[in-house]
Amino acid sequence: MGRPGRAERHPAASERARRFAGHPVQWQTWGPFAALLALCLGFGIAEPSFLTLSNFWVIADSSAVPLILAVGMTFVVLQGSLDLSIEGVMALCSLTFAMLVLNSRTALDLGVMALGLAVLPGLCIGMLNGIVLTRLAVPSFMATLGAWSAALGLAMLLSGGQPPILKDEAFRAFGLGRTAAVPNLALVAVAVVMVGHVLQHYTRFGRYSVAIGGGESVARQSGLPVDRYKVFAFALCGLLAGLAGALESARIGLGHVDIGAGQLLGTVTAVVVGGTSLAGGRGGVLQSAVGALLLNVLANGMVFVGVIPEAQKMVEGAIVLLASLLATWQLRGRLWDVR
Amino acid sequence: MNSVVLRVERLSKSFAGVRALDGVSLEVRAREVVGVLGENGAGKSTLLKVLAGLCQRDGGHIAMRGRAVRFGSPREAAEAGISMVFQEQSLVPNLSVAENIMLGHEGVAVRAGFYDWKRLHAMGAAQLAKLDSTLAPWALTETLSFEERQMVELAKALTIEERTPHEPLILLDEPTSMLDAGQAQAVLIGIERLRGRASVVFVSHRLDEVLRVCDRIYVFAEGRCVGQGQRGVCTKAELQAMMLGRRHRVDSKDGSPPQEAPTSASAVILSVRDLSCAHRYHSVSFDLRAGEVLGIAGAAGSGRDSLCRALFGAETPDSGEIALDGRPVRWREPADAVERGIGYLPGERSTEGVVAGMSVAENMTLAHLGELRRGPFIGLRLEKALVRRWIERLGIKPCTSADMQAQLLSGGNQQKIVLAKWLIARKLRILILDHPWRGLDVGAKAEAVASIREVARSGIGIVLITDALDDLIALSDSLIVMKNGLVSGRFTCSAAKPPDWRVLECML
Repeated sequence: MGRPGRAERHPAASERARRFAGHPVQWQTWGPFAALLALCLGFGIAEPSFLTLSNFWVIADSSAVPLILAVGMTFVVLQGSLDLSIEGVMALCSLTFAMLVLNSRTALDLGVMALGLAVLPGLCIGMLNGIVLTRLAVPSFMATLGAWSAALGLAMLLSGGQPPILKDEAFRAFGLGRTAAVPNLALVAVAVVMVGHVLQHYTRFGRYSVAIGGGESVARQSGLPVDRYKVFAFALCGLLAGLAGALESARIGLGHVDIGAGQLLGTVTAVVVGGTSLAGGRGGVLQSAVGALLLNVLANGMVFVGVIPEAQKMVEGAIVLLASLLATWQLRGRLWDVR
Repeated sequence: MNSVVLRVERLSKSFAGVRALDGVSLEVRAREVVGVLGENGAGKSTLLKVLAGLCQRDGGHIAMRGRAVRFGSPREAAEAGISMVFQEQSLVPNLSVAENIMLGHEGVAVRAGFYDWKRLHAMGAAQLAKLDSTLAPWALTETLSFEERQMVELAKALTIEERTPHEPLILLDEPTSMLDAGQAQAVLIGIERLRGRASVVFVSHRLDEVLRVCDRIYVFAEGRCVGQGQRGVCTKAELQAMMLGRRHRVDSKDGSPPQEAPTSASAVILSVRDLSCAHRYHSVSFDLRAGEVLGIAGAAGSGRDSLCRALFGAETPDSGEIALDGRPVRWREPADAVERGIGYLPGERSTEGVVAGMSVAENMTLAHLGELRRGPFIGLRLEKALVRRWIERLGIKPCTSADMQAQLLSGGNQQKIVLAKWLIARKLRILILDHPWRGLDVGAKAEAVASIREVARSGIGIVLITDALDDLIALSDSLIVMKNGLVSGRFTCSAAKPPDWRVLECML
């Protein structure tokens, strides 16, 4: 039987379709967002001080780096790959950044240019990941696992056991400061998410990434330069991981090898919880952003309602499991949907 | 006389020592629809693959518009104006219709890497308009039905018109094999529309379709071109004889032993009473006896598919009763039905059939390892004997195939493996066959028919749905006809077969 609206040419439908670039509004899209609102409301009822503006900015600040990472990872996952190297890249770029601005170790003081240079190692490692994956046919899981170690090793070499301390006051002020009450890093994150969203829906790179994830062989058959777009996605992911590392350094005032510790799992979780399938082709930047916010609200809220730290991980795990279950719910009926 | 667009001479191609094409010659003229007929494995698909640049020929010549060509990649073939529609659909499910149609050729809809969605949708709509299709270009492809997706495929193939100065040559690899009669109709109309603007090579194993749309027909068998025909000159029987070669025709009128009608004394195993489901079927009642083949006729949308899925527990009816051996049952999921001895054989082998990479034997016993258990281990000797017995009984070829990878066997034989998978279950009482011949060629179908008879003889009740009406009538002991969700006719076939027009009357 026909699905409603299949062939309709209703102007409103067309408008909506254009906005969502062909994706109808569905459970996978708004589910995580509804969960985010419900979580906020739940914590707010349990502990009213959770729902204050000041706590909102705290969450925004702590979500900034995870959001930036999630945007980069989204494109890689959309294509059906995985980038495990982001923690290593963050460490390397953090060290690079800290040693290029005014710092305790080197005599350099490149100022803003240091930020531009510091993300280059990330970009390069990302490109390398992509090239190893596409040219040498090493699965992204293994290629990026290797890159993670290599980048971390390089960062350790740079650090030499003496983490460089940032002395550039402008960057310190930016990392910790606010603009009209909004944490600066959160502003950067919002900008990155917006750029990511536009990239995904309105550029060839974004749409081809969706196509590659949905059917790589078809994409190749149609003559898309699949390998090139895979390299792009890893390069973007590396670049954003580098940016995240540098920004985190500006915040804590240190170039440190452990700056990305724990971020990989958080990022992948955010992407999946948001509804981006690890098999590729489904989800998107905004969904991943919701996923990242969800995790940070959860972490913040649990402190507010007094969940003991030991139990926090457990609750987090349970919620992640639940979210993944809901995100993949539609796949359960698949046997009967093929016709 | 139209000019020759494509000329193929003595083309040959082998895969791992097996000759798929053996000196094939043919030509295609401008704005001509050329049919290529043949059983599975006759070399039809290989021919198209070579023409589309997906694989390289071993010998022979191909000339496009008089110039010798050799396509190293699909891209080179496309530049020469060749566009292919694949048997397995080559659309990306999570993209919009317009994106799929224009994929890789977005042209002015992408400026400096940025999409102009309005323009892209307009371009997609323009391609669809060539086929008089009114599909929404922004619709998500995975929400479309199979025949709608097939139209998108055709529209996608037509985009080549804007990219080459020549009229395109469009290769269609069995575009209708997965469709039922009504759906195929839409695609055939699409092919008719292509005629006005392109040359078409239409590969199929459905004689009626080929006779209907093709100007000329080449018949393939075992990698060779064994015959040619002209529309209006050669008949269905002639083509069939060419396709089958030495083998005799297998159908209900000759060859097969007369069916032993299940006596009305044999027990009713399944009875359905007033089964209803909103918008799908209403107040359906019937009985199925042991050893009986019950055919359900009806056009797509008549509710028969939905009814079958309800019998198997894949859909839940709103009201009514399904009783097994006189006791009412209620399935929560298909596993419940399987547990009680109901098997389901789907038409789509590629999605629900054999597990690729596993052997024939492993595929057969996959679901019933429990019955082969010797302590904590699988009784390998037991398995071997069982598998050999079923290979023999269903005539799976080659008969030494137990250890071969299942996906290497032909479509018909894969279908038999799936059949065996169900039959191995000792408790099987009822087998539901949902379009069991979709995608099978004439020979494979005849063999599948024979095995279904064999199954019924052993006392299993069979519910059969298929679009091929003559097969349905030939094979069924009794027949119910559905129309708009209601049972519109009942026939008993064991004594005398009802003429097909009577059944059709009830359907339409």
